Parts: sequence; C-alpha cells; structure tokens
Amino acid sequence: MIVVEGLGKRFGDVQVIDGIDAVFQKGRVNQIIGRSGSGKSVMAKCMVGLHRPEKGRVLYEGRSFHDMDAEEKRGIRQRIGMLFQGSALFDSLTVIENVMFPLRMFGLMAKSEMEDRAHTCLKRVSIIDKDQLFPAELSGGMQKRVGIARAIAMNPEYLFCDEPNSGLDPQTSIVIDDLIKEITEEFGTTTIVITHDMNSVMETGEHILFIHKGRKWWEGTREQLLRSDNKELNEFVFAGSLMREVKRSLTGEE
Amino acid sequence: MNILYHIGRYVLLLRETFARPERLSLYWSRTVEEMDLLGVKSLGIVALLSAFMGAVITIQTKTNIDSPLIQAWVVGFATRQSTILEFSPTVISLILAGKVGSNIAAEIGSMRVKEQIDALDIMGVNSAGYLILPKIVATMLINPFLIMISMFLGIFGGWLAGVQTGVVVSDDFIMGIQLGFKPYHVVYALIKTVVFAFIITTVSAYQGYYTRGGTREVGISSTRAVVYSDVMILLANLVLTQALLL
Repeated sequence: MIVVEGLGKRFGDVQVIDGIDAVFQKGRVNQIIGRSGSGKSVMAKCMVGLHRPEKGRVLYEGRSFHDMDAEEKRGIRQRIGMLFQGSALFDSLTVIENVMFPLRMFGLMAKSEMEDRAHTCLKRVSIIDKDQLFPAELSGGMQKRVGIARAIAMNPEYLFCDEPNSGLDPQTSIVIDDLIKEITEEFGTTTIVITHDMNSVMETGEHILFIHKGRKWWEGTREQLLRSDNKELNEFVFAGSLMREVKRSLTGEE
Repeated sequence: MNILYHIGRYVLLLRETFARPERLSLYWSRTVEEMDLLGVKSLGIVALLSAFMGAVITIQTKTNIDSPLIQAWVVGFATRQSTILEFSPTVISLILAGKVGSNIAAEIGSMRVKEQIDALDIMGVNSAGYLILPKIVATMLINPFLIMISMFLGIFGGWLAGVQTGVVVSDDFIMGIQLGFKPYHVVYALIKTVVFAFIITTVSAYQGYYTRGGTREVGISSTRAVVYSDVMILLANLVLTQALLL
C-alpha cells in the first residue's frame, strides 16, 4: 500500500501540485487521471522519488520515502517497477538484455537463472522469438510489452505505468491494459496508472483519482465516475462523443 | 551566480559519480566497452592529424629558420619539442573534446530526454556512476596511449615530410630529435593528457546529464560540451604548464 499525504511540488513560481492526499491499495489498478499539465505525472514522479516534494509525504508500507537514507531508498526502488510513456528501453541493449538489466545490476542470481527469469517475463507479455532484437527494431506496442517485462523482472510490489497507451492503436492499447490488470492480480502489486485515455479507465480503473489544477478534485470507482455530478470531472470524462453515449445509455441523461 | 550554480551542481554530480558502484564487474565491462568506443575508435583521426601536423611543423620550422647561423638539427629538435610539449597532449585533446565530448553529451543527453536515466534511477541504480564513471576511467586510461601514438606519428610525419621534400637531411633530423631529450617532458605531457581526459569526460557528461527538453536541447548540450571542454582544457593547460614546467 502507498499513502500520499498533503503532497505539494512547485517549479519556480508555479505550484504544480498542492495538498494531494490519497491511498493506493495493494492488488488493484489505481488510476490517476487528468488533463495534460494537470500535475499527474509530477505527482507520480514525486511518488517514485524522481522529484522531491516541498510539502507532504509518500509512505511505502508506513515509512516516509523522502525521509529514508540512500540505502533504504534504493531498497524501496528495487521493489518498484515502472513502465514509461516512451518505454525507456536502453537502445544499446537487446530485448533480453533490457529485461535482464536489473537482475544483472543487483547480482541476485546466476546467469542461467537470470536468462530463465527474463524469458519467463517476456513470455508473460507474449514476446517470443524477439529477444535478440534491439528496441529500435520493435513496434511501439512491442516496446511497451518489453517495458512491462523489464518492470516485472524483479517481482515488484509497486508498479507505476506512465501513459501506457500513448501512441498505441486501440487494439494494442487494450492488450496493454489487460496485461497491466492481469499482472496486478497475478503478482498482487500496488499498481498506479497515469492516463488520460478514457477507454483505459473504463477497461481497468478500479480506484480513480482525478487531478485538476494540481489538486485532487475527485476520487472514486469507475461506476461512481459515470454518475458523478462533478463539473470539471464530467467535462474531462465526457469530452468525447463515445463517452457521452456511454453516459446516456447508463443514466438516460442528455 | 549562474557560474556558481553550475560549479556546485558539477561537484555534486562528481560526488554521485564516484559513489560506491553497485556491481564492480558490470562497471568494469562497461569501462572496456568505453575504451573501445571513446579511445580505440579515435585512433584513426588521431593518427591522421598527428602525421600531417608533424609534417607541417617540420616544413614551417625550416621555412622560418632558414639561416646559415642556425644548425640543421634544429628542425628535428623543434618538431620534437612542439609535438611532445604542446601539439600531441593539447591540440589532440582539443580535437578529442570535439569527437569524444560531443559523443558523450549526445549519448547521455538522449538517454535523459528518453527517460532512460529516470528508468535507471527508479531501478535503484546510481545512474551517474553507471553512465559516467566507466567513461572517466576509460578515457583516463586510454588517452595517454593515444597521445603517445600521436607523439610518435607526429615526429615520424615530420621526418618523412622533411626528408621527402628535401628541407632536411635524415641524419640532421634524427640528431635533432635525440638532442637534449628530457624524459620528464613526456611525463609532463601525459599528466596533462590525463587531466584533459578527465575534463573532457566530466564536462561533457555534465552537459548531457542535465539536458532538459528534446532533440534540439541534446544538440545544444553537445555543442556546449565541446565549447566548455575546450575552454577548460586551455585554462588547465596554462595552470599545469606553470605548475609543472616553471
């Protein structure tokens, strides 16, 4: 479980996020949604320690991340898997080397074991016979899958996904969403997905946090989201005609 | 204030870079790769430049001291001194700052904008150490060899051009390069080379590591890496020359 208490981050004169409180439960897909520039990625970066917040705390199993010493932080980070918007695979390494990278770096197992583990992760994301290719030789969807394989290589307890559907076609997006959901259930991870893709929210969102103007504007489940009367949330969620149609069919409202 | 900010951040980056490596064997294998990429692959340009510059130094020296009062061996002597003391360690390092420095800044800068450095940090890897330390060690180990090769080829190029063009007789040239040879001058040149290698790698890595934005900013970082490395090399050259030769 991850608890966020009064989180605030400022860049120069701009207060990007302010006073955000949230609890992200284990074993379910938590989604942070909001418009571009609303502060959701900054919030996630504060949570994984890429930014240091000016205010508030991020608690991993009750311990404040930013108050930990370097060694403790490293220990927590080894329990975090992250899928980046652009996959962030290492260009000079092959697919298998990318997945094996965290295992090699921390010398947790013998080489044959590392290869077995990497193959298991690649098989889990349905990447077969591509392990000797370089990231540049893969499609965007495949790169995302390899990114997921690398993120789960260390058996993470916390999985962060930053815009996992960005740049993908609708079918591939569904494959990635399903994969994130399955992995969350299978490994019991605390999963946090940052997205503004409403299809993804409808597919996988179990606990949804809406960030607006750097503040937590709304929080609830997928079902509550469809019936919410929050003005800003509705403007964001039902901006597209497809979502408006969904709402109409559910509530009968025009 | 801006300069102080950059100096402070540069020192902090160096402190992170020299922190205890997670896995020494992995760092060492990266160091060997970097020695090949940054050192061995620079051998061609270093060899070409050295041979031609040595040739030009010989011909220009002869042209400028063409007097019956000056003995013929002076051409070989001047070529040796220019090559060992200044051309090979300093000019070749300035050229390496262009080739190697821009390479380092572009590589690390691209990794930054593609979030690959964030990925390393989140894994719990010391990204500065993993990316920069092998490059520093590699260049500080391999550059002295490049410079020694450059010294040899510079003098050889001078001899070849001098003899082939007839501006100097082979025996006079060889006598000149042997006369009053001080091994300390080579030591001085190699000390400069190691310091310059450190400057090139760390200044360029600093520019790459703190790149923000996209591909345009990566280009700007590469340019800055070369310019700032060159300025720092020239300053260090002055300080080291005063400290080691005077």
